[in-house]
Amino acid sequence: MEIVLAILVGCLFAISAYLLLSSSLIRLILGVFVLGNATHLMIFVLGRLTRENPPLIEYGLKVAEPGIANPLPQALILTAIVISFSLFAFLLVLSYRAYQSLGTINTDEMRVAEPEPTGTLLRGRDV
Amino acid sequence: MSDLTAWLVVWPVAIPLIGVALTVILWGRERAQTNIGVIAISLQLVSSIVLLQHVWENGPLAMAMGGWSAPFGIAFAADVFGAGLTVAASLVALLVLIYSLADTNADHRRAGFIPLILALMAGVAGAFLTADIFNLYVWFEVTLISSFGLMVLGGRREQLDGAVKYAFLNLLATTFLLIAIALLYGMTGTLSMADLTGKVAALPADSPIEIIALLFLLSLGMKAALFPLHFWLPAAYHTPLPAVSAIFAALLTKVGVYSLIRVFMLVFPDGADIAREAMIWVAVATMIVGALGALAESDIRRVVSFTVVSGVGVMVGGIAIGTEAALLGTTFYMIHSIIISAALFMATGMIVRAGGGTRIADLAGLYKGAPFLAVAFLLCGLSLAGVPPFAGFWPKVYLVQAGLEAGAYGIVAGILISGFLTLMLVGRIFALVFWRAAPEGAPAVASDGGAVMKGTLGALTILTFVIGVYSAPVVNASGRAAAELFAPDAYIGVVLGRSAQADAGGVEGPGARP
Repeated sequence: MEIVLAILVGCLFAISAYLLLSSSLIRLILGVFVLGNATHLMIFVLGRLTRENPPLIEYGLKVAEPGIANPLPQALILTAIVISFSLFAFLLVLSYRAYQSLGTINTDEMRVAEPEPTGTLLRGRDV
Repeated sequence: MSDLTAWLVVWPVAIPLIGVALTVILWGRERAQTNIGVIAISLQLVSSIVLLQHVWENGPLAMAMGGWSAPFGIAFAADVFGAGLTVAASLVALLVLIYSLADTNADHRRAGFIPLILALMAGVAGAFLTADIFNLYVWFEVTLISSFGLMVLGGRREQLDGAVKYAFLNLLATTFLLIAIALLYGMTGTLSMADLTGKVAALPADSPIEIIALLFLLSLGMKAALFPLHFWLPAAYHTPLPAVSAIFAALLTKVGVYSLIRVFMLVFPDGADIAREAMIWVAVATMIVGALGALAESDIRRVVSFTVVSGVGVMVGGIAIGTEAALLGTTFYMIHSIIISAALFMATGMIVRAGGGTRIADLAGLYKGAPFLAVAFLLCGLSLAGVPPFAGFWPKVYLVQAGLEAGAYGIVAGILISGFLTLMLVGRIFALVFWRAAPEGAPAVASDGGAVMKGTLGALTILTFVIGVYSAPVVNASGRAAAELFAPDAYIGVVLGRSAQADAGGVEGPGARP
């Protein structure tokens, strides 16, 4: 089971790498999204998979019996999902606003903040 | 009693968080928000000074959140390194916040400037004080989310353009950091940095430690704007409000450098040779590319952005040399850089106000209308280049000396060449922007900044001068920080040792809960 999920994680990373190499903002957003989910799945696999043994502590015990599923990765993933979800929402809004005001979703054409250099620091009179 | 002492380590993070909550409740009431913001950052400064003093006298201090002791729970821990940087960060943040009172308008403040700054400061302090590597990732995200908000505050076109690049690349960097942390967790089964030291050392020899170390270098290097991953910084840092640029340049790259030091000193104290070797060349390239980029730029705010990149190269050069003397230099340089990056961006904001443009070609003769600004900019620029008697001189002396002792001649050459290029740059900007005569019929200087801006810039200028003349306290603190980084037993002991106490007592442990 772990090996199947590991291969799936690898595929997701490959897909996101492909999408992130694009210059279209939409593909970049999708790439970030897939990358985030690949990472979450990876954390899940790295915590080792234990089936049919939920991490519950029996009544009267203070420590769980050994052999239970590892609950920590799920806590980590939950944290990471909340964060990546909110950032994803921000990216969507930001990209839409950028499209509205810059008129393009091609990152190569977004040169407002970095215009082509003018070349000189001097005015004619100083030379 | 000891429990109350341990709270010291939490206050620098908790106070700005409380401030965020209060300012969000008071949404729309700018005056009240501003007052709370100034008070919260002042209290953060006071609490971090108290923390530093405690750590200085009694050694590292740790607190396990909710009594769930490390390595199972999340611990906060402070040593001289973390506490000292928190002091420097909150001091500069307070000055930037005061500067911003004159720099922001009512629209900016109504859009949540103060809550965002407070959240940013909570994230920065959290990153400096946490002892848990996943928690470090969370504080990175806290910083990142608030920095996104600050980046687009005002919503001008170039800001949106800069923010797109900033947001995507920083989000990628934190995702890579999460991947590295996850892989480390998968191999060691722990997330506490103190616990990781022993667990990583005990891993079998064929474990892929090198790859994880390289992933950490990649993600944190992206955060710190190391060549060749620095492009987002000069693409974005010149677009937001000057006060926002100042606080970003002062703190965000430094958080990346801080985390690099923590990871490579605490988690991978040995091994990770490929990453260390790569770090040497990356650091040298960053110093030179940053300085050359600044020389080639024609927009004054982008010039200053590139000098931030160059400074990151110097700091990481110290990590790459890897001796105690070099880390002393790096720590000192971080404190110097926190002060000087903020000062230069604040000065640049005032230059743009005074001259009415950002292109160096359009700026001239500002000395006449803004002599104070001219002098402060020159002094800060000299400090940046590393000219005595300013604070920028000493860390470079320590780093060059450490580099020569360790035989790291590439880094020594990089520091000296980039210092020389920076000096050229500062001289040229001063000559063009302040010294050359304004064209005839040019409008008079619009504003020399006003008392608030001049006061805060003056305070930072005096600070960099005083540290340069009377450097002993900072040298001692940096030396102590470097020594503790090289002998982390006390830090590890206090993070993990408290847990033994709590277990023995059985009162605080989770097991005792009903």
